[in-house]
Parts: sequence; structure tokens; C-alpha cells
Amino acid sequence: MYAPHTETDVKEMLQAVGAQSLDELLRVPDEIALKEKLDVVPALPEYLIQRRFEHFAAKNTGVNYRSFLGAGAYRHYVPPAIAALAMRGEFLTAYTPYQAEVSQGYLQAIYEWQSYICLLTGMDLANASVYDGATALAEAAIMAFGATGRHKLLVSRAIHPNYHAVLRTYCEGLDVDVEELPLTADGVTDCSGLAEKLAGRHYAAVAVQSPNFFGNVETPPAQALAAMKESGTIPIAVVAEALSLAALPPPSSWGAQIVAGEAQSFGVPVAYGGPYAGFIASTQEHMRRIPGRLAGKTVDSAGRTAYVLTLQAREQHIRRERATSNICTNQAHCALIATMYLALMGKTGLRNAAALNLARSRELAGAVASVAGVTLKYSAPFFNEFVADVGRPAAEVLAALQERNILGGVDLGRFYPEMRNCILMTATELTTSGDIAALATALEEVLHVPATV
Amino acid sequence: MGLPEDLLFSKEHEWVRLEGDRATIGITDYAQNALGDIVYVELPKVGSTLTQFANVGVIESVKAVSDLYTPISGEVVEVNASLERDPAAVNREPYDAGWLLKLRLSNPDEAKSLLDAAEYEKIASD
Amino acid sequence: MSPQPSDRTAVPPIFELGQDGRANRYLEPGKPLNTFLPMNLVREELPLPDNSELDVVRHYTRLSQRTFGIDLGFYPLGSCTMKYNPRVNDAIAARREFSELHPYVPDALAQGALEVMYELERSLSSLFGMAAFSLNPSAGAHAELAALLIAKKYFKERGEPLRENVIVPDTAHGTNPASAAMCGFKVISLPSNERGRLSVAEVRNVIGADTAVCMMTNPNTLGLFEDEIAAIAGAVHQSGGLMYYDGANANAIMGYARPGDMGFDLMHLNTHKTFTIPHGGGGAGHGPLGVAAHLVEYLPVPVVVRKGSEFRLEFDRPKSIGPMRSFWSNFAHAVRALAYFYANGEAGLRRVSQLAVLNANYLRVKIAEFLDTPYPENCRHEFVVSAQRLKKEHGVRALDLAKALLDFGYMAPTMYFPLIVPECLMIEPTETESKETLDAFTEALREIVRRAQTDPESLLQAPVTTVVGRVDETLAARRPDLRWKAEKSHN
Repeated sequence: MYAPHTETDVKEMLQAVGAQSLDELLRVPDEIALKEKLDVVPALPEYLIQRRFEHFAAKNTGVNYRSFLGAGAYRHYVPPAIAALAMRGEFLTAYTPYQAEVSQGYLQAIYEWQSYICLLTGMDLANASVYDGATALAEAAIMAFGATGRHKLLVSRAIHPNYHAVLRTYCEGLDVDVEELPLTADGVTDCSGLAEKLAGRHYAAVAVQSPNFFGNVETPPAQALAAMKESGTIPIAVVAEALSLAALPPPSSWGAQIVAGEAQSFGVPVAYGGPYAGFIASTQEHMRRIPGRLAGKTVDSAGRTAYVLTLQAREQHIRRERATSNICTNQAHCALIATMYLALMGKTGLRNAAALNLARSRELAGAVASVAGVTLKYSAPFFNEFVADVGRPAAEVLAALQERNILGGVDLGRFYPEMRNCILMTATELTTSGDIAALATALEEVLHVPATV
Repeated sequence: MGLPEDLLFSKEHEWVRLEGDRATIGITDYAQNALGDIVYVELPKVGSTLTQFANVGVIESVKAVSDLYTPISGEVVEVNASLERDPAAVNREPYDAGWLLKLRLSNPDEAKSLLDAAEYEKIASD
Repeated sequence: MSPQPSDRTAVPPIFELGQDGRANRYLEPGKPLNTFLPMNLVREELPLPDNSELDVVRHYTRLSQRTFGIDLGFYPLGSCTMKYNPRVNDAIAARREFSELHPYVPDALAQGALEVMYELERSLSSLFGMAAFSLNPSAGAHAELAALLIAKKYFKERGEPLRENVIVPDTAHGTNPASAAMCGFKVISLPSNERGRLSVAEVRNVIGADTAVCMMTNPNTLGLFEDEIAAIAGAVHQSGGLMYYDGANANAIMGYARPGDMGFDLMHLNTHKTFTIPHGGGGAGHGPLGVAAHLVEYLPVPVVVRKGSEFRLEFDRPKSIGPMRSFWSNFAHAVRALAYFYANGEAGLRRVSQLAVLNANYLRVKIAEFLDTPYPENCRHEFVVSAQRLKKEHGVRALDLAKALLDFGYMAPTMYFPLIVPECLMIEPTETESKETLDAFTEALREIVRRAQTDPESLLQAPVTTVVGRVDETLAARRPDLRWKAEKSHN
């Protein structure tokens, strides 16, 4: 309870209001008044609240395992300078910067975030953030439907399955069709036949993720891109592992017009799924359709540089039912954390982190591939994750690894029935050689347990 | 600003200048003043068919959005492309450089349902 | 307080500070990228600056000093419930067992996280009288969308797909109609009566076989209790429609009334309002979605279920609308919200609402001495004032009053919302502000109104003590400059 009122305060204030009691002020019609006792957790003094959460924390043993988990949420090194800055009370407890004069700091930070996203993706503009990568894809799809007036979408099977599922949830609300583009044997999107499909000009967009859910780097082939251009179909790029933008050519380099992505890798904790930092960026022509808030640079009455939320007439509080999106509160503080991460790491730090991710994942791939019975499913270049086929149900293998204090990766059979024997394994700059050796040894044991041990 | 006498008006604060089977349409000085600084105008495509009093576009100012209704039916033959670059023209010269679109009339009799300057003056001074 | 005029020096964007190669040594050096990737897959240029940690720290510290937060001063922002954000919540959420837990950790190794989510869900359900909550949505608007998708699916399965109308009062928050439109619904806006409330008669005018959902908040955005709510819910249910509760104003009713008991079938809560999750400049928020029993099977996946003393994530729910986001919830905020529940318990939450309503009424009667209050009756946790008369008589608008408050070290109240009150300011003090703060705020506002009457010119330039004056929003919208560019000339 954080209200400062003393008994005297309450008495004086009731008197000033002319009410006899607090109950009088909160009275509601009898037919709907609360009559039963509530069943909520008990009140505890602060030190016991902390103890209660220690009890919960102790049961999250998963944080103590060697982890090769990725698949849309990535463990990266987070410099403590970020928390020291981001948790400053001014940033933490600020409201949305509608009153520009007293929000210049946050507005500038948002402008910097927007700028960083543009520099990383090669796009012309980016918004102040969306909830996460999955909803970014949904919003990108809505932009494409609005821009083209078409009602169909083509989405690669290699996009994160959770992103697919969210897209489908959102599309139930609109009168649209989502079709899937299959995979090639190489684990990238099969774009053959795309030209024919697009020729009818029914598709609003084609969405492709790179690195894709299987870790493979993929760029739509030139023919596919030409077909998209020819038919007025919008290419949407999806990015789930934002650190890859430091190493790989940006989506703008192959003609993406909208980039929907997740910036959790930039200093945002994995935190059992959220909050994260979705981003959406586009070329200039889509400026008026981009959802959510935009920080812009302008001047004040004295000609000083000033920042302000702009193009607000697109948003829900003004356009209401004709808004580009219903988004109001976004993920500003997570975007702030990401901005600070990018500022601290810089070009050199990001390239370096990317190089370490590339190195460790290849070390991991080499180590697991050398275990008899394990093969790397794909030969395409990958960033920091790849698919290992373990020759028997991944769920069993992962359970056995878990007994050896290892979280070996994500069971792909969970999403793709044809991949029940496959594990998505991830290594980042935080993965050690010791971790890799332990996994390789454990896999050996698990896959080749002698009958008499 | 005195109302140009050669125009007809709608209750939604639009004006119409009739020239034979063509009409030029815009918003009135009252409307631009109420909206404030106009930042963007969304106009129908050339070639589209508009029905009288239908919602055909949007006028955005910094803090508000306003529907544009066509005071008269017809086919869009031209839109004021310069407003893309200079939406402020609607504020500065709502009856001249700030015109919005030109139609080929499909039903010239509709002009009878519009207001003349004197009638519109009454509405605009509320 | 606002920074002093001498702090007005602009802070250059971070991009202008860097020097190539001025890197921090957070990690050991890696090999060149083309060691691992073919040349055509290696990004040629990464046009980001390298900055020393000290320069970055100074830069963002300065930016924080140019930012107002609850930690600095009072936020009388109606509908936002800007109450104190307790630090213990952040300390708990930052524990590595919470922040480093990967969402794909097997359930057996995440029992603590699952129990937190379960306890929060149970407590929310009881507090608001709903059968179950989903912690999936990231914000209020996100939850509204989910709720409307549930309604759409519910009607489709009952063979009633033609229910396409969503009814909102004219005092509704903009997200309500926007969310409805994202689901393909048509929006019907109903006028509030002269008492500022929705009448069941108005509702009866429009409901029928095409009614899907009626979206309301209670108390409404005027801070008034919708006393016809039971009748309205009855009428909507009779027509076969569903009732949705926008939980933005939940701070006013805890321990006294529950949306479930009022007849609502669906609701969201903004935990970044009532439950002290820090607003962080615009999120991340968290929008738990509550439903009545007949809609539980439609909730987004996953749902946390309990079997004995074991908790798990349940994905296999055939009637679910699907997930609303990549993973399970804004979990770090679920931790914070549960910690806040523990700080209060039932009696504490009742006290929160009592004092929130007391504070609002206290402020209302004092401010009514010099500003028009269009609804001069006891309010709930917020109330509206109108500067209409000041505008007519002295040319001073709600905007000018708001900007003048910034010079006094306060955040401005919510301006021009709800739409039905001209020159509106909506004021919500919350329960964490003391009587002294409210008295001081009243005196500041009294002084401003006095100036409006005696020297209006002096207010039209406000604020004058902040690092920038009123900004040119027209220029910002006509010539959008939304990102830094190298070798930039300001256009």
C-alpha cells in the first residue's frame, strides 16, 4: 500500500468533500455491489514479499542449465551500463511523451531508436516500437493489405511458427487469406512457381524471414523479386534475431519494402517471453500506413531543435475506427534499452558479437556433427542456430540431456510433424567451449548408451 | 474572408464552382480555420465515381482528422496534386490554390440542393 | 521540477558523437565475418557510431534529465492512473531466475514462473469477478483486439456471423473503435445523456440481432459511475450480444464492484495503470484479458493450468483464437503485478480505490471554486473541467492552462478527451499523492486561472521554463523528419 494518507488527512478531506464516509463515495447500485469475500493473495510486508518471490525463483531451475535454446529469444551479453541508465526514474516512470516540452529526452531517445532501426535495416523510416516480432509481422501484413487493396498473403513456412500463428489470429479479424510457401530440401523458402502465383495480382505481400526459423540465411532469388516487383506485391522481410543485421546484408539490399522484426537481442532480457521490443520499418512510400507512434524532429517557437510525436492523425486517439492500427501503449522502455545497447556496442561491438555468434555456432555444429548418429540437416549458411537431426525422437534425446543438466535446444517436432527427430540448437557469444564439449559428450552417451551401463 | 459569390456550398462546409458540366470542389474558409494547420489531404483517384454527400476523402490537420464529403455527384477528372507537397495551400487559399478536385457532373440538377452564399453564411456564423 | 533555462543546450544525437574504432571491450575480439560466411552474405557497411561507455552514459543521463517522470512530480493525467511505481517490484523482476528464464525452458524447470502466472490469474479473476484471465496480451488495446476476436469466433460458432456492430459510448477511448475496426466490425457511437452517462434507452435504440459487443468502461471517462449498467447489460444480453469492460478505470472500483457482477462477459486490465507497472515512456504495458465462464475456451494460448501442485502451459485448446504474441506474456510485468497484489491483499486494494476516489473528489471540490466542472456531483477516481468559458472570455484554452502547469513543475492533465466536453481537462490524482501535493497543485492551477483572467497573454507562450518552448507540430507533420541521416541538412 503506497498511499500516504493519515487518519487526519482522510477526516479533513471527507469534510471538505462533504461526505460522511469513504463508503459513501464508493457506493454502487445494490444489485451489482460486491458482497462476497474475495480470494486474492494475502497482504505481506515488503520483506516477506521478497521472500515469497525467492520461493518462486528457486523453482525456476531452468536458469541453471547449460542452454542451447534460441528460436526467437536469444541470450546475449548485456552490459550493466544499460540497467544503470534505463532504470533511471525519469525514463522508467515517464508517461507517453504527449507533452513534448517536458519529454525532450525520451522523444530524442525514440528518434535515435527509429534511426538505428533504419540504419540496420536500410529502410527509410521506423516507428517507436510494436509489441514484438510476431505482431510486427501482423501489422506489416495489415499495411500491405491497405496499400494494395488485395486480400491474400504468402508467408514462408520457414518463418517462426509462433509468428505464423499470431498472423493467423490477427487475420481472422480481417477478410484475408494466408497461404504458405513451402521449404526446399535446403531449408529455405521454395520460391519456384512464385512468378506464376503472383501474376494474377491477388497477393498483397510475400513475407520471408532471414535468418529463418531454422537458422538459415535466405534471400529471395532474383526471379522471385522481379515477379514481386512486376505484380505490385510487397516484399516483407522478417527478422527474429536482430543481431544478424550486423553481419548480413540488410533487407533493403534485396528490395524489402517493409521490415518486421524483434529487437530482443539488443539487451532485452529473455524474461520467460516478455516484454520484448518489436520493430516495424518501411520505405518512404508506406509512411502514412505505418502503425503506432512516430517521433519527429522539428523546432520550437524560438527555433531550437525539438522533438515531438508526429503524424498523430493516423493513430487511434484521433482516427478512432479509421486508424491504421489500434496500438496505443507500445514497448517504449524496451526500445530504449535496445537503443542504449546499440549505442554502447557500436558498429565494432556489434560486428564482433556477430562474429562470435558465427564462430561458436560453427564450433557447436562441428562438435555435434561429429557425434555418431547426428547429422546437420541443412548445408545452407546459418547465423547462430542450425538444425541437428538426431536420428530418433528429439523429445527423448532432449529429456535425457536435461537429466545431464543440459537444455539441448528446441524440439522441432513440436511445430513441424516431419521434423520429430530434429533439434534447433543455438549458440551465442555466451556459449563456452565447455558448454559445447559437455553437450557433445552428453549426446554421445545418450545416443550410444551401452546395454550394460 | 468574404464568401465568393459565384460558389455554391454544402452543409459540410464544402464549396462548388460550376463550369458547364464540370465542377471544382474545395473546403470553405470556415472549415480550414476550424481544422487548423492542414498537414495532409487524401483524395479519391482520378476516374472514380462519386455520389453526392458520400465520404470521398480525408483532411488531416495536426490534431484532427476530418471527412471530406462530395457536395455533388460525378467522375473525378483531376485532383490537386500540388497539395501533396503543399497542403498549407488549403489554409492559405481555400477558394483558389487550395482547391481539392474537379468532377465531370453526372447529375447537374443536384446543384439545386446546395446552398447559396447567403444561406451558407448563416450556417458558418453559428 | 522543470530543468533550469541554462540546461537548454541541445543534446546532439548519439550518431554525431562517435569515432570509428572507439569500441568498448565487452567481449573478446572475433574473427573477420568472411571467415564464416561467403562474401556475398557479409554486410559491407554498418553505418553505426562507436561510442565510449562514458559518452553513452553522459548522453542518456542528459536525456533523462530532459524527461519528466512520476519520480519527479505529480501527473494528474486522467485515464492513465499515474501512481507511484514501487521499486521492490523492479528488484524482484530483475532477479536472474526471472529475467534469464528462456520461454522454451521445459515446464518442469519453470515452475516458479508458472506459479507466478497462475497466482496472478487467480487473484485477478476473483478481484474482477471473471471466470479466468489470459496474461497473453501486451497492452489494453491488444487485449481489446483479442476480446473482439473471441466475440467474432463465438458468434461464428453459434451460427450468428451477421452480428457486426460494436456499440461504444461517445466518451469511449479511441482504442475501442480502432480495435473493433481491426476485427471487421462496424462501430456505432451512442450519445451520453445530460448526466454524462449512457442510458439503457439509447442502447435499446440500436441493439438487435446485429449487435456483437457493447464496449464500456465503468466508471466512464468522465469519472462517473454508469449506474444503468445492470440494465444495459441485461438489454445487450437479451439481444444476444456480449458486454466488454475497458479496464482503464479499474482503480476506482476495487473491493466495491466487479465487472463480472455488472454483467460484463469480457474485460481487460491495464496493469500499467492500476497495478503500478512503470509506464516507461509508452510501454511495455500488460493487458490481462478476463472472460466469463462461457468464453474461457476461446482464450488466447497458452493458458497456465494446474494439476495438483504442478503447473504447465496448455496449448491444446481447440477453440482458442490462437496466440496474440510470440511467447506467453509480458512475464516480467506479471511478476510486478503479483508483487503489487501481495503488497495490498484484499483490504489494501479496497483502500487503494477508496483513497483514489477521495483524492479525486477533494481536488474536484477545490478546483470547482475557480474552474467549470460540467458534472458537479461526486465523481469517482477522476473528473473533468472545462476551459470553455475562459476561451470565450479571455481567449485562453485548455491547452494553454496545460502548458502553464508545466512551468509550475506539474505534468498537464489529459487534454481534449473525452471528446464530448469542450476545452476539456481530465484530472486523475491517484491514491499515491498526498493532501499537500493536491493542495499545492490546486493553488498552482488557481494562480494560472487568475492569470488567464487578468493577463491572458502571459499564458499563451507557456511553457517558458522548460528546455524547449511550444514545438512546431505543423512543421513536424508537413515535413516529417523521422530519423537521423549522415551529412544531414535539416529540411
